[in-house]
Amino acid sequence: MPEEVLESQPEIVTPRDGATPIIQVENLHKTYDLGEVQVHALRGISLDILPGEFVAIMGASGSGKSTFMNLVGCLDRPTRGRYFLEGQDVSTFAKRELARIRNRKIGFVFQGFNLLPRTSAVENVELPLIYCGVSHEERVKRAREALRIVGLAGREDHHPSQLSGGQQQRVAIARALINNPSLVLADEPTGNLDSRTSVEIMEIFQRLSKERTLTILLVTHEPDIARFANRVVLFRDGKVRRDEPVEDRAEAAEVLKTLPAIDEDEEEES
Amino acid sequence: MDLPAVIRVALRALARNKMRTALTMLGIIIGVGAVICTVAIGEGASNQVQEQLRNLGDNIVFVAAGSVSQRGVRMGSSATKTLTLADAKAILQQVPMVSRVSPGVGAQVQVIYGNQNWNTRVRGASPEYLEIRRWPVANGGSFSQHEVDAAANVCLIGQTVVENLFGSEDPVSKTVRIQNLPFRVIGVLASRGQSPFGQDEDDTIIMPFTTVQKKIAGIDWINFIMCSAISADAIHPAEQQIAGLLRQRHRLRADEDDDFIIRSPTDLANVQAQAGRIMTLLLASIASVSLLVGGIGIMNIMLVSVTERTREIGVRMAVGATEQDVQMQFLSEAMVLSLLGGSAGVLLGIAASVGVSSMLQWPTSVPPQAIVIAVLFSAGVGIFFGYYPARKAARLDPIEALRYE
Repeated sequence: MPEEVLESQPEIVTPRDGATPIIQVENLHKTYDLGEVQVHALRGISLDILPGEFVAIMGASGSGKSTFMNLVGCLDRPTRGRYFLEGQDVSTFAKRELARIRNRKIGFVFQGFNLLPRTSAVENVELPLIYCGVSHEERVKRAREALRIVGLAGREDHHPSQLSGGQQQRVAIARALINNPSLVLADEPTGNLDSRTSVEIMEIFQRLSKERTLTILLVTHEPDIARFANRVVLFRDGKVRRDEPVEDRAEAAEVLKTLPAIDEDEEEES
Repeated sequence: MDLPAVIRVALRALARNKMRTALTMLGIIIGVGAVICTVAIGEGASNQVQEQLRNLGDNIVFVAAGSVSQRGVRMGSSATKTLTLADAKAILQQVPMVSRVSPGVGAQVQVIYGNQNWNTRVRGASPEYLEIRRWPVANGGSFSQHEVDAAANVCLIGQTVVENLFGSEDPVSKTVRIQNLPFRVIGVLASRGQSPFGQDEDDTIIMPFTTVQKKIAGIDWINFIMCSAISADAIHPAEQQIAGLLRQRHRLRADEDDDFIIRSPTDLANVQAQAGRIMTLLLASIASVSLLVGGIGIMNIMLVSVTERTREIGVRMAVGATEQDVQMQFLSEAMVLSLLGGSAGVLLGIAASVGVSSMLQWPTSVPPQAIVIAVLFSAGVGIFFGYYPARKAARLDPIEALRYE
């Protein structure tokens, strides 16, 4: 039923005011050629995502959701089909242009945090700015501000090894936000975190989505986590199986109040 | 990324593995140090040859009477009688490249003093002779133009002659006999030891050329003309001008050979210096092989580093680093590594050459351009051996790199 709705969407995006989709993919295919066998990771995905939407992407492993995220994140190019990011057809872009798009428009949050080891929080956060020619002073200023937003003020000079998992993930979120991207892609950001910390991370995402009209795509296995999004897309066998709004949406800030408080510093040591 | 940022990032990355960085640099340090040290020893030896060259005389151009061919029989050199005092004067007047001239006459004589006698070579010359040859008088004085005009019986004697005739006695103002004629010793020449060609320079007697011509050899021509060119660069043109002038004065037809020989000891010594330079070059190229090995060490470590930091590369690419950014990062790391090693190597090389100098008493000298070349070369080694690992890093697929365990 939702697929029919999608197919009725206009084929080519013309920039319009208001509800122009930030992401519009049309009949996206990705085939990996492994010599003798061809693996069809995506078999025709069509999807529109509007600015400010918080979308949870679910599916079993091998369903194509990771491949889809790589394409949306401009880390890879589709075999077939088109991908418009803010009206630009990025599916035809060269590697160098894709790097620029990733730098300016997309923030990444990974399951394993992927912070640079033996590098302070501030330096980790300012990393994207290094690649767009921002001065050192400006970088540090913006990195400190981003760390404040994710609640890590005072820990700017800590190295990842001195931070808890939740704090590391906050650093990673700050890094994703530093360039004021239009889109944040989070690949199982709570996969390595306990349930309370997971909710804390989701609270940050919900807050950013609401306050900044930030578009968030979140890959997750956990239905509990998907409840914090406002739309769930289910992948299976390289196709969109289900695409529906979240009915009983959970407010992370509310959920946090019901959970027993944990002292941050204690958690840090565990 | 701007250059200071690139260098900062490179230094930071190198500082994370201090031991590994130090060991990798060691290869370059030893290589550059060896090259600097070899060049310093070679340069020192070359300076010594230059010093000998200076002692040889003041840009000497030596004109000797040549061979003549009479009815197909060619005589040895100094056989002609065509070289004259007038030739010497003409050279001084008509060859602007020549600043000083001394006519010369030579003879082999037996010298007697008391009950000692010694066979040596007597040279007749003008007072300029000692200046041209840069040969100071150690004791006593030299003869004057007045004594040349008078064909006076005065002489200067070399150290070897002093040793053989006088022993420890002071020869100045003593009288020696040559061909039964008395000659007053007015001065003792400073010792010059061996010439660069192995002759004992001190085994000689010098007196006015007129005296040798009239009283010893009995000739009115001269055997050689010793000239001083105005500069080292003027030696060669002066030789050609002198040759032209003498051919003209001796009325030689175009098909006739020269009846004189022009030589420059500087040229011969230059050949020796050249041989020394070739030796230095050979040693330096052997030493630079170790620089090559050091470069391979850099490549090895950079490859390990790229593998270890695959995830970091993935993250950097994900947040917007282009292939060029990543390549630049690793290339600059290799370059900083080799440049630091190169600079430390220069210091090591200087220290080693000072050590060689004081322990083996060899003269050494580190030419400044060798330092510049060594540092540039080590930077080149960094670029050359860092390129492949950097390229490998830049070619990584960000998705694969992020997934790398």
